[in-house]
This record gives sequence, C-alpha cells and structure tokens, in this order.
Amino acid sequence: MAGETRMQKYPVGIASVSLGEIERRVSVDEAPPLPPNDKLKFIGKPVPRINGRAKVTGRATYTVDVKLPGMLHARLLRSPHPHARILSIDTKAAARRAGVRAIYVLDQVIGRAVEADPEPSQGRRVLYVGDPVAAVAAVTPQEADAALDLIKVDYQRLPFVIDIEDARKPDAPPVFAGPVQGTGFGDIRSLEQHGNVRGPNTSASRGNATAGFATAEVMVESEYRTQVQTHCCMETHAVVADWRKDGLTVHMSTQYTAGIRSQLARAFHLPLSRVRVVVDAMGGGFGSKSGVNNYVLAAVALSRNANAPVRLVLDRHEEQIDSGNRPATVQRIKVGARRDGTLTGVSIDTYGTAGVTTGAGVGNFAQAIYHCDNFAMAQSDVFVNAGPGCAMRAPGNVPGAFAYEQVIDELAEKLGLDALVLRERIDPSPVRRDERRLGAERFGWSRRRPPNSDKGPIKSGVGLAQSLWSANVNVNSACEVRILRDGSVEVRSSVQDIGTGIGTVLAQVVAEELGLKPNDITVRIGDTDFPAGPPSYGSITTASITPPARNAAYQVLRKLIETVGPSFGADPEALVARGGMIASPDGRHRIGFREAAAQLLVTQISAVASRSDDYGGFGRKFGEMAQARNSLGGVQFAEVTVDTETGRVRVERVVAVQDCGRPMNPLQIESQVQGGILQGISFALYEDRILDRHTGHMLNPNLEQYKILHVRETPSIEVHLLQNYQGESATDAYGIAEPANVATAPAIANAVYNAIGVRLRTLPMTPAAILAALGRVPKRS
Amino acid sequence: MGLNRQQMSRRSFLQGSGMGAATTVILDAGLPDFLEEARAAEPDTVGPGAVPITLQVNGISYALSVTPATTLAEALRDALELTGTKIGCGRGACSACTVWLDSVPIASCMTLAVDVGVRKVTTIEGLAKGGDLHPVQSAFIAHDAMQCGFCTPGMVMSCAALLKENPRPTEEDVKAAISGHLCRCGTYPHVIAAVLDAARNGKS
Repeated sequence: MAGETRMQKYPVGIASVSLGEIERRVSVDEAPPLPPNDKLKFIGKPVPRINGRAKVTGRATYTVDVKLPGMLHARLLRSPHPHARILSIDTKAAARRAGVRAIYVLDQVIGRAVEADPEPSQGRRVLYVGDPVAAVAAVTPQEADAALDLIKVDYQRLPFVIDIEDARKPDAPPVFAGPVQGTGFGDIRSLEQHGNVRGPNTSASRGNATAGFATAEVMVESEYRTQVQTHCCMETHAVVADWRKDGLTVHMSTQYTAGIRSQLARAFHLPLSRVRVVVDAMGGGFGSKSGVNNYVLAAVALSRNANAPVRLVLDRHEEQIDSGNRPATVQRIKVGARRDGTLTGVSIDTYGTAGVTTGAGVGNFAQAIYHCDNFAMAQSDVFVNAGPGCAMRAPGNVPGAFAYEQVIDELAEKLGLDALVLRERIDPSPVRRDERRLGAERFGWSRRRPPNSDKGPIKSGVGLAQSLWSANVNVNSACEVRILRDGSVEVRSSVQDIGTGIGTVLAQVVAEELGLKPNDITVRIGDTDFPAGPPSYGSITTASITPPARNAAYQVLRKLIETVGPSFGADPEALVARGGMIASPDGRHRIGFREAAAQLLVTQISAVASRSDDYGGFGRKFGEMAQARNSLGGVQFAEVTVDTETGRVRVERVVAVQDCGRPMNPLQIESQVQGGILQGISFALYEDRILDRHTGHMLNPNLEQYKILHVRETPSIEVHLLQNYQGESATDAYGIAEPANVATAPAIANAVYNAIGVRLRTLPMTPAAILAALGRVPKRS
Repeated sequence: MGLNRQQMSRRSFLQGSGMGAATTVILDAGLPDFLEEARAAEPDTVGPGAVPITLQVNGISYALSVTPATTLAEALRDALELTGTKIGCGRGACSACTVWLDSVPIASCMTLAVDVGVRKVTTIEGLAKGGDLHPVQSAFIAHDAMQCGFCTPGMVMSCAALLKENPRPTEEDVKAAISGHLCRCGTYPHVIAAVLDAARNGKS
C-alpha cells in the first residue's frame, strides 16, 4: 500500500474560539482523522498515570534501585584543581587494595568543546574542579572511595579563570589552547575565536538593524544578566553497566535510550544489535540526562575490565559540579519602534558561558516572537574553567525571554502603552492572541495599577510575559502495537517516561483506537529491545511518538478485522472498534474484541509504525529532527508582593494559558505546566551556582545552600489549556514541558517592576538584589 | 514537677529539654522510655567493624549486620532491598528518604541504623494494607501528585503521618508537613490538593 494516499478532512482551529476543517492528502496507512477531544473517550481526558501505583508504593524501579548479581560499585576521582596538567597517575596502590576489581584512567574525555587543532599530547589537561580523572570499581562503594584515596596524581597547576568578565580580557588565561569546534545544537560552523571568546555567531540576523533604528521614534536599550542554574534532578545521574561476551546492557537514568545505545555502540565499537539500554522509572532529567557522559563511559569500561556489572551513581556534590547546567548570559538589547509600537529594529548582543563548552546562546525567542524586519543578533560563548553546561528546560529561550520580555515592557512604558496592548500590536501569533485574551480575563489584568502604587512597605504588582518554543518532532520514532490471541494488547517503544507520563498517553491513544480501555493496554517502554522511540527532550516526545502509536494500533486492528470480518459476514472495510467490540457502523454485525482475537491463527499479530512528516509539511527539517510550521506558545500572568524592608519577593499567583496542539492528558499537562512555572519562579528568585573565583570550587554544591523553591514559596497557580487543532498528524499533539517554563521569570520580573517601580535586570532577584535596586544597601560588584 | 517515667513521651521530653531546670529533673527521673529502651537494646560502644542489629520494619523483624556508619536509609535499601525509600542528597536536605520511626517521620539518611533500637520502622512499602492503598496514596494517583516520582515515597510518608496526627488539616498544615521535601518537578500544588482530598474522603 506504500505510496497510496487519500484526502481526509481534519479539524483545525482553537476549540473554544472556532473550529473549521482542513483537507489533507495522507497515506492510506495513516489512521483516519480524530474528531476534537470532546468526542473522544480517552484522548484528552484526565486519565490517571499508569505507573502511579508503582510510584506511590515505592515499587517503581529507578536506575539507582537496579541490583544485579555480582554487581560492583564504582566511584570517580575528580580534579581538585580548576586547570592543571596531569603529569602522572599512579594507580598501583589502589589496585592492590582488597575489594578493588578494576581501575580505569580517563585518558580521553568527552563533554567539552574540542580543539580544532589539538596540541601534541603532553598529558591530559583537566579543565575544571570536578573534571573526572580516574574511576575505581570495588565490591562496595566504601571500598571504592577508599581506593580513590590511594591513587596518586601528579598535577602541574595551570593559570585559570572563573569569572566571565575576567575571561573576556585579552590577557586572560586561555581555557583552550586554540580555536574549538562547536558541539552545541545547530552550531557546528567554525567561528572566530579570540582568547576565551568564541563568536559572534550572527546567523540569526536579518534585514538591517542600523537602518531600522534610524527610522525609530522611540529607542530602548538595556543590559540583562542571567545566572548559572543547575538541573538538580532528584535522582542523580546513575548507570549500571553490564558488559558480557554476547553484548552490553546498560541500565541508565536517561532521557534517550535509543540515543545512548547509538553513542555507546560507537564508543565501544559494538554493533547496535549488541547494545541494550534500559530505563524503567526515571528520576528527572530536565535536559541533563540526554546523552552519554564520562561517568557512563567509565562504568562501561570498568564492567568490561572487571567482567562484572558495575553501578556508578553520582553523589549530590558531583551532580552539582559535573552533570551540566544552564549557562549564564549577558544580553545587551536595543529596540527601536515607532509611536504605534511597530518595531523598526532590534539588536541583541549577547555573551554567556557554558564553562568548558559552547552553547550559551539565548535561543530563538527574540528572533521569532515579534514581527521585525531588521533584526541583528550577535552571540558569543565565553570559556571559563567551570563544569560544562548543557541543555536545560527550554535552553536559550528561558534566559532570552527573561531579557526580551522585559525590554518589551520597557518599550511599552516609554510608548505609554499597556504591556498587553503593545504585544497585541507586534505579535503575529493568532494563538497567543487568544491566550492573552483568556489570560487577561482570568487574571483580572484590567485592575492593573501604575508602578509603585502601594504606599506601605509591602508593595504588590502584576506582570505578564509570553512564551515561544519550537514544536519539535523527531521522525526517528517508532512504536509497535501487538494484539495477542487472548485479546490482550501491548504497545512497545524504547521511548522513556522521565516523569511526564508518556506511557499513560500511549495507553490512551491505543485504547481509543482499539475501542478498549487504557487499563487494557500493557505499555512496554524504556528499552531499546523495542522499536526505537524519540528522546524525552525538546518537548518532542508526545508529538513524535503518539502518531506512530495510533497508526500502529490502526494498522494492527485492520489486520485483526481482515482476519475475522469475513467470518461473520461483514465488510471488513466498514468495521470499527468501540466499547470492547468490533462492529459495523449500524451495529448489526458485532463481535467482542476478545472473541475476535481468539480467532487468530497465530499467537500474536503486530504492526510497527514510525513518525510521518507533518501532513502540511515541516517548517524545517534537518536529518531526523524537524520543527513544525507553527510554534508553541503561552502567556503567563504573575502577581507578586515585594517587602521593601526585607527585599523578599513573594509570588502570590500565576495564571498560565498554554497550547500544545491537541492536549492528550490534561491532568498530566497541568502537572507539567505547574512544574514549568515553579522551576521558573525558582530560577527567577532563588537559584544561583556560586563558584569561588579564587579556587574554582562551587560554594553551594548541595540542595540546602543552592536554593530551590519549596512548597512554602509555591503560589496559587491556574492553568488553562487551549485545544489548538492543526491537522498535522494522526494525533495532532505537541509538547508542553518547555513552553511552560519560558514566560515565568520575565512575568515575575515585570510584576516586580510594577510593584516597586525599579526594574531588576539581573537574576536571581534575591532580597539583597532587591534592596540594592531600591538603594537601601550598596550594590555588590 | 512530679515526673512519671511512664508518662514521659518524646514530645514532652523535647519540650521539657527546652526549659533550663528540666534537664535535672529528667536526670533525676532516669531516661525517658525510648532512650532507655534504645540503650537496653544496644551495647554502649559498637564498631568499628560490622555489628549485629535487629530492625523492625513494616511489622517484620530483620536480623542484620551493619557497620556503625551505615545509615537507616542504606540498611533499608541495600541490606533489606526496600528500595522504595530514596536517597536524594544524603544529608537531610531533601527528605526523599523519609520513613517513620514509630509514627514520627524522620530522614533515614540522617539516622544511623544502629541507633534505631526497638523503634518500629515503617517504609513506603509498609504503608498500604495488603492490596489497599493508604488514602494518601490513592489521592496522589487521582490528583497526579507525582511526576518523576523520586520524591514521592518520602512525600507520601510525611503526608500520611500528618493525617494520622491531624485528620482534618488545613492547606497550611499540609505545607508545614512537606516543607522539608524537595520536589524538582514541582508537584506541590497537586500534593496539597491530594492530601486535602484524602482528609475529606479517607478514613486514615
């Protein structure tokens, strides 16, 4: 049937506003169009998560809970110096210690920028405090720790630089000996590099910003700074590697089982068929568990050398210094506009630091959210001797929106326009227009007062900000659905549940298609023995795996119907599955799903489907990664109080209106949105990785001095979801995790300004920063 | 202040120790029950090697051998394979490892296994009665009060302990009960809703 197509009509539009239809030409292998959610039984309904019982009873198995027979415990020796050359490593004494089974010296390391023209090796250089040096596998973690103490490393200490401003100076100690190749997403071009400054990357520019400024009637110019944020997954990075003659099995707390398999196969020269990656329950990732890193390579090598399974779990200190982080940014933004608000020119000059790697950009927020023909963007990475950054929930767009959404408010004030009105004029998105309208109404935006209206010491204020995130899809996403002869059904994919509940969504989708209940579906995921599923990052998962799941269910159901339809005299083409039956549309011919399955001549039938392109085509596609033509949005409104005597900011209330195409499970989506908002508040007010610039050591490498929002700081949150149908896939669903995290910090910052009449342009907005902004204490340098 | 040893509870001991003169009174009266029992159950000095102990966990008595540095969390997870108790920080900052000692929620990563003595340990595995979930557990599922779920067992233990002490808590009470728990996914709003709902509907 390959290549055959048919025309189909799909619902399109926002359900609460107006719904129309769009006709698409689709493959005959695609399941027929789904009606809007109100006509469905399980899709779009608040189905409780299928592994909820396992999680509340402690039976869910996380990687840290995996215990294999004969398993050894590994620990890593890490550099105490921010920059040093390893002259020699002596592991003899450690190797002699009873209980030690294998030692691995990390001669080659990953997870940092790579010099384009590496210096002739005079011994490896460690680049940050915590850079892994060697690993030991022993019969207990304590034995492994004790053995680490016996490894003698002779370091030649080298000059280092920790502070981003120091690192930009021409005479700063260089982190890399020469220019590096890019490692970040979409940034593989060679860029200029002077000392520790790599860039600028100007590829996002368009038009002529200077000419645009010349026609401006109003100009706004400001500098914004954001801090380094660490992921703080509750389950630290963890792996259990089991190297055997017939292949490698790796249990790993990861966001991408299929990707880890590919990386490990390459690294250890194994065929893909001999590498298996498994994750059952997974204790958070937020971007930091997307790929293989040094600790994984070490565990696999140790397992190979010791001929035994090896468990390696980072402790919280290691997690804070060497498991990735959200890079710091400095953003100089200039916006020119006409009196009516029309943007005539925008220039954004940014630098940031992801420590010893690249990727400190500010995303596509400013370049994509508002209409402006003349847009100049120059982004540079600054290297410092600190642990490498990596993707963290809406990388780039979170710091980018913090700055840009405040600049837009600054412009609105200068123009004498309400912040909402200005956005109404410059935002081309019809979806966000509806989100602003609904949000403003629910929040009571019309009751907004001028800045600094309260006379007492505790001042309240309100603010809003908008969100933008690409609607990402990974077409390398496959799913199998099996019907067994006893009527049971299995859905299988390597896609992993990092806590967003994708397994539950798969059960909903398959149940809907087969006319069964979600509980009837056995969900098997998180294992590369199943068809390769998508990663759980980039808010990509639901959009990528739910269409193949539905199409596979549709295809396997057709097989079942073709088998049993003739036996009860019905036209197989016309039969549908609903309410546990397979029936003709008029209900005259019907057979129970189980009875139908019992007629199979084989124990099971199966169909595997992979992600088709969006029906209307993608906006961009590079390899297996694609972006839908429409992006994801959202608008958040925040109310804060600021105690001008203590400097404490309290977020009282947040109203969020978000969109993710067809919402699949509003209960789980609400959880995601709440999480995005709470992480946004935490980023805005509390979190800050503090490095001692004299030693390179992190001063708050734990969960009590690295401040994170707890329940006491949790405001009242109201979440509204649009049903935004676009007719792009068999489910028309997109992600939500990241767009929910983009608008929060700027909404709070705009609310703080509204409360006190002073704008906070640096994160986090701590009491000290507020008091300094109010002139009550001296500013810290 | 006449002090009857039989009436000396942990709470009154803690309250009493805050008042200057009370210390003497306590010494005069001997140790409170729980310390007396703990002392009776163990020799004064243990270690540095492994020592035999008995742990009462979820109604079952386990004999095991642990080094004195072994925390209760480690003993539960590694020796008894009760891995429902999670370790998030290892230093009492996140409360993921919360279990009950008798009916008091404590951080098992900050409690040495050798110090547990005769106190009864209840872990997340012991909360449901047979196949029947505790009302807090059911409400967590109904309200989706979990995402990655790693903090969930500890959170559930603190919330269930709250309902035992206070069957009709306010939102503020719930916040107080989980104020030491860190949930990076941000499930707090659903946790609060779940516990208030469990209090309304459950018979805990």
